[in-house]
Amino acid sequence: MRRHHDMGGIPDGPVDTSAHDAELWEKRVDAVRNLLGQKNLLRTDEHRRHIENLPPGDYDGLSYYERWILSISNHLLEKGVFTADDLGRKMAEVEAREAKDREHYK
Amino acid sequence: MKSRFHAGDAVTVRAAYPPGHIRTPHYIRGKRGVIERICGEFANPEELAFGRDGLPKRPLYRVRFGQRHVWPDYGGAPEDTVDIEIFEHWLEPAAREAAT
Amino acid sequence: MSEHAHGHPHDHARTFQRDHDDGSPLPYLQVMEIAMRELLIETGVITPDEVRRQIERMDARGHSRGARVVARAWTDPEFKARLLANGRAGCDEMGITDLEALHLVVVENTEKVHNVIVCTLCSCYPKPLLGLPPAWYKSLPYRKRMVREPRAVLKEFGLELPEDVIVRIHDSTADMRYMVFPRRPEGTERWGEEELAATVSRDCLIGVALPRASQP
Repeated sequence: MRRHHDMGGIPDGPVDTSAHDAELWEKRVDAVRNLLGQKNLLRTDEHRRHIENLPPGDYDGLSYYERWILSISNHLLEKGVFTADDLGRKMAEVEAREAKDREHYK
Repeated sequence: MKSRFHAGDAVTVRAAYPPGHIRTPHYIRGKRGVIERICGEFANPEELAFGRDGLPKRPLYRVRFGQRHVWPDYGGAPEDTVDIEIFEHWLEPAAREAAT
Repeated sequence: MSEHAHGHPHDHARTFQRDHDDGSPLPYLQVMEIAMRELLIETGVITPDEVRRQIERMDARGHSRGARVVARAWTDPEFKARLLANGRAGCDEMGITDLEALHLVVVENTEKVHNVIVCTLCSCYPKPLLGLPPAWYKSLPYRKRMVREPRAVLKEFGLELPEDVIVRIHDSTADMRYMVFPRRPEGTERWGEEELAATVSRDCLIGVALPRASQP
């Protein structure tokens, strides 16, 4: 049984060879991942395992750093660095803040 | 460092398919290649993936495979190769007769 | 977004739907990114300064250090031999810092051999030396196809190799990271290291391009 991420040799379409600069939020994800590694809170292979465990639809449909966000969040939940309740409340707070900003700038 | 294999040895990748975090690609399992070099000793990523220390370190090799022996319909040149890093516990000595 | 394989029978539904791209609500996962980072800061795991410095570190790492290593090795055969024997030691010798735990293997292109790097399992890349990899290197089509039909993929990058050149693919599966040592362009015999380094693009170091000696 071949796992979804283990994709060497699977046929696919052409490679998009164009250059894309990483967006700022992507660089932040990369930075957080590196910092967690430096602080021994996230091993490279733990990070990879969480990415590999994403459902195939998410693996294919999400962008590279979107997969990282899920991997890191799931890992930190497992490790107990924060709880799902912590994260859920903070996400709601961020959404409310963003909504207020959008109202303000209409 | 104690290593079971040395550069030039013919090896076969074990045809095992466990779940978990495995760094031996699916496409190379069961295939025969030649040790290109010993990379050194490293902790086992299959264990590191679960937050364990992956010790003891074990030998990691670069193994060279002929592409026409990997893919039944390989369309490139006959001498093309793919080199892959594989841990010692995934390798067995290959049968003496060389594949043509 | 990555393409599904041609003829792929399943339609994998996404668990997380993306918000509209018309500039209104922040996508769900970007909300999660902000929330996760703020929680880590509030609990003292990381600081905003650390995040900023880490971003600056990665931004500062282009491919130029790799290009300098190549240029040095083009002009110094003994250094070249040491570099090919141990890529990390070669970089250390050149005084390149901030390489963390990088284990580097440098693979040499010759008249008869052309090397290309891929990581089929994820996107391993010598980031401490070369910074972030290009988007195409991390893309699913590249990861799937480079090991199986390298010449066809190289053609999509505009690189066609003669049939008598051996193509060696390096699948970066464990602790080693790879850099291609490309061939020195013709007509550069009198060039200094700085000019030589300028001919080496990042794509040359991955193996999908060849160094170009532009007109003097």
